[in-house]
Amino acid sequence: MNALVKIEKVGQTFNTKSGRFTALRDIDLQIKQGEVVSLIGHSGCGKSTLLNLIAGLALPTIGVLLCEDREIPGPGPERAVVFQNHSLLPWMSCFENVMLGVEQVFGRKEGKPKLKARVEAALAMVHMEHAMHKYPHEISGGMKQRVGIARAFAMEPKILLMDEPFGALDALTRAALQDEMNGVMAKTGATVVLVTHDVDEAVLLSDRIVMMTNGPAATIGEILEVKLPRPRDRLELAHDPAFAGYRAAVFEFLYRKQLKKAA
Amino acid sequence: MTDKENDMSTVVALKPGMPLGEAKPAPVAVAKIAVAPAAEKVGAGETAAPHSEALRDFLRAAIPPLFGFGLLLGIWALVAMKNASIPGPMQTWDAAAKLFADPFYRNGPNDQGIGWNVLASLQRVAIGFGVAAAIGIPMGFLLGRFTFMNRMLDPIISLLRPVSPLAWLPIGLLVFQKADPAATWTIFICSIWPMILNTAEGVRRVPQDYLNVARVLGLPETKIITRILFPAVLPYMLTGIRLSIGTAWLVIVAAEMLTGGVGIGFWVWDEWNNLKVEHIVIAIFVIGIVGLALEQMLLLLARRFSYETR
Repeated sequence: MNALVKIEKVGQTFNTKSGRFTALRDIDLQIKQGEVVSLIGHSGCGKSTLLNLIAGLALPTIGVLLCEDREIPGPGPERAVVFQNHSLLPWMSCFENVMLGVEQVFGRKEGKPKLKARVEAALAMVHMEHAMHKYPHEISGGMKQRVGIARAFAMEPKILLMDEPFGALDALTRAALQDEMNGVMAKTGATVVLVTHDVDEAVLLSDRIVMMTNGPAATIGEILEVKLPRPRDRLELAHDPAFAGYRAAVFEFLYRKQLKKAA
Repeated sequence: MTDKENDMSTVVALKPGMPLGEAKPAPVAVAKIAVAPAAEKVGAGETAAPHSEALRDFLRAAIPPLFGFGLLLGIWALVAMKNASIPGPMQTWDAAAKLFADPFYRNGPNDQGIGWNVLASLQRVAIGFGVAAAIGIPMGFLLGRFTFMNRMLDPIISLLRPVSPLAWLPIGLLVFQKADPAATWTIFICSIWPMILNTAEGVRRVPQDYLNVARVLGLPETKIITRILFPAVLPYMLTGIRLSIGTAWLVIVAAEMLTGGVGIGFWVWDEWNNLKVEHIVIAIFVIGIVGLALEQMLLLLARRFSYETR
């Protein structure tokens, strides 16, 4: 299958008060259509920086990022982002938050009823149809993140970029949302890049796990292919030796090869 | 005032970027909080029956302010007893009863009811303030959104803001050739600074996340302004409006003392010339009550438009 996103020789340098700081160097990565790729590494390894580059929220200092063989010029709805802290606009209801994106992408071609149906379908997919007209401050953190995911999916992006989407949630809610994501990805065949620091999450959700070396000047250390069959069930996998093997491989990389001295 | 309001005004007062001189409401709020626990102890001992819960809450809220006003009246009466030229509470009350029996009479331009005077002042404040909002809020948006504009105008604002608006009165007289618009002009001057600065601060503090959302969704600039910037900045704008209406009401009294005509400030000065000191005392209360009403109105408005951020 052809690569949807190509990242070629990308490096990112920031100008800080104490001089130039190299966050990323020599990143080469291709993401195929329908693939779920996790970026994992210790904090400060530039995994969020890489995600922002794919999103177009930042532009690389050197190298080139291509989406469908065209250079990524800036952010856009075809590369939707699910932000870590949900980033729902507090003055809009869940429905309006999702509608804001839908309107932008489909508003010119489709009438009001069709747009409304899209928003409702997206919210139903993450099981939030009951809270459609609630405001973000009226729902729990997990529910907010569900709406954030619905907002991204509703725009029918070519690729979904998730920046530690479940990092701010408690363990039980996180597990529920991971299962939810597995279901949604199976249903839609979405291409996903997921930034995470949770090894279980990476193994559970990904087709490939991109493990990054420690910063500064971080780069890709190893890439692990996860060949667990889908759909994946959390309970069954808990006793699966293959799952344990993948998990061990990531832990091995993170805590033996890339152990952070200062942390 | 409920505790929530107290919290609110304290927070508002501590917001960085707010002019220091305008932070006056804070000490008042702090003082009220400090009084509350003492009252609680008194209330708890008095009533224990469960059905009187509501009554107890009411007393707890009502007793300390009543006590405060009682103290004020006591000191006032005492001062009036020692000094014959100061009218006592009863004397003032009688004068007020007479005055408010007919607040809207007109005996020529220099002798009008207190109602007309208050309305004339309010009108000036409304016009000066309205023009200041119409200019100041868009300017605040420009300053907050564009660093260049901010660097260009910030030194000028910093230089002009500490100037008493009354210093601008002669310029107003010169330009407008009339007293009335000159007084309005001083209101404009004193109202515009908090509005520019608070709006700009609000724009600067719009979370980067919201702007990133806008970029990812690909919203055009018009939608960014109407759907994201404006709602995010609204609470800051209302703070600016509240601060400037407070200052405007302070300044109008002084401006009208200087310009004359009709207005509560002029009325105070006129009554001083007539040596009707009890009327001056009444005017002080009227000015206070109107100022309080304006502030409460805007607080109500602010609460209507505030959203829970998390």
